[in-house]
Amino acid sequence: MSYLTPYTVIFYIFAAITVLSAAFVVFTRNVIYSAFALLFTFFGVAALYVFLSADFIAVTQVVVYVGGILVLLLFGVMFTNSIMNAKPKSDVLHIIPGTLLLLAMIGALLYTFYTTHSWMPSETMLQGSIVERIGFETMSRYVLPFEMASILLLAALIGAAFLARFDKPANHE
Amino acid sequence: MGNSLNAWSEALTGFAPMGLPLGMVILAAIPLVFIAVYALTYGVYGERKISAFMQDRLGPMEVGKWGILQTLADILKLLQKEDIVPSSADKFLFVIGPGILFVGSFLAYAVLPFSPAFIGASLNVGLFFAIGIVSIEVVGILAAGWGSNNKWSLYGAVRSVAQIVSYEIPAAIALLCGAMMAGTLDMQQINVMQSGPWGFANFFLFQSPIAWLPFLIYFIASLAEVNRAPFDIPEAESELVAGYFTEYSGMKFAVIFLAEYGSMFMVSAIISIVFLGGWNSPLPNIGSFALNDMTNGPVWGVFWMVMKGFFFIFVQMWLRWTLPRLRVDQLMYLCWKVLTPFAFVSFVLTAIWEIYVP
Repeated sequence: MSYLTPYTVIFYIFAAITVLSAAFVVFTRNVIYSAFALLFTFFGVAALYVFLSADFIAVTQVVVYVGGILVLLLFGVMFTNSIMNAKPKSDVLHIIPGTLLLLAMIGALLYTFYTTHSWMPSETMLQGSIVERIGFETMSRYVLPFEMASILLLAALIGAAFLARFDKPANHE
Repeated sequence: MGNSLNAWSEALTGFAPMGLPLGMVILAAIPLVFIAVYALTYGVYGERKISAFMQDRLGPMEVGKWGILQTLADILKLLQKEDIVPSSADKFLFVIGPGILFVGSFLAYAVLPFSPAFIGASLNVGLFFAIGIVSIEVVGILAAGWGSNNKWSLYGAVRSVAQIVSYEIPAAIALLCGAMMAGTLDMQQINVMQSGPWGFANFFLFQSPIAWLPFLIYFIASLAEVNRAPFDIPEAESELVAGYFTEYSGMKFAVIFLAEYGSMFMVSAIISIVFLGGWNSPLPNIGSFALNDMTNGPVWGVFWMVMKGFFFIFVQMWLRWTLPRLRVDQLMYLCWKVLTPFAFVSFVLTAIWEIYVP
């Protein structure tokens, strides 16, 4: 990019939002702030999906992660007693193995990045409605994984309902 | 001003003096100005007057003729108020809460087609975006409730979020019925599918014998999503003072109110787009007297869209002063054991109708 178009400026703004809020999630000592900062991370990631012309995935990201997982997380944090006094640092700290793992991970990612192709910009912009194509693909080529995922979710749902229901004897009173 | 789809918004997008995308900013500002104007006039003043007439009162009468300047006076009062942040509140979350809340309710306006020639962003996942973006509002409510450091606020926020998240399911399935009839998620295309010389008979509500069921389900669920009566337990005055915005005053309170009126129009607009033709004129062509053609077009589109939205807001206000508030358990019962099964039934019936009856 030799010059700044509004498009690239917006891209960098969203990239900065994503990275900075993700760093805030990790480094803040307040668990509540960390959970709320996740909102900006998820939102930034959704915006980056839009830049990849994957708007369906972007909206799904917002629905699933912000509407589902983040709300669950916030409820969990809010209903935990004395959450403000909790120490986020545990007593057992493995600094050296952790650093090694981190460096190995970054090294492996950079190695694959440089040995295979570098960035792969798509030749053509996506044409037409992506939703329809996703629908056709899930209902034809990927129908088995799709149905398996739905059975898994159904089982999880039944399990959650079973765990959350009242005990019969306790309910008699 | 051409007559093709999205002519106005495309002209605005192209408007970029000195390389600055000024047109895009104007494009985004139009719904904002609309929310502000409508919330001030119809939202606050209209609601007070309508509720007054329903209770056989006069409502605001002092400021100006029939009290029309009452809202203006209220705004001046709100602007001058001291910006109070409670000393034991979580300052950051307390301040950012109303902001997130308003952004969440405003974002959906990006995909609302106000006219055949105007839409913020013509996404091919428009309807999905409009349902999904509500979840940002949810986080704003939680931030406001937790940041206030007040048990009423926290209870209100938790109730409100539980309610919104639960009612999203029947609402989404009901809207899916409409999307199935249109065969697209593009808001503008959904409207195009409902235009025709027969006026209201072309609307999806009258296109299939079961469409009234998802229509009704979405209307009930949308009441819960915007925390309006009879689902206003998050701000139940008799139990929780005012719910998640108990501690707010001045401009922050005004922003929360604006967000509420913003979402009220948003759900009303969505229901009228998906089931009642959005910007299409409901008047049919009568023989050679082309009433439908005369009342369709970019400018008429704005009129019909706003009028349909206002009609549903009127129904929302009407219900508020008619029905008593539901209990928390009744609310969850209604969502999970009544609305969701019926939403699935209407989904299956609509699918069968769409496949076997052209």
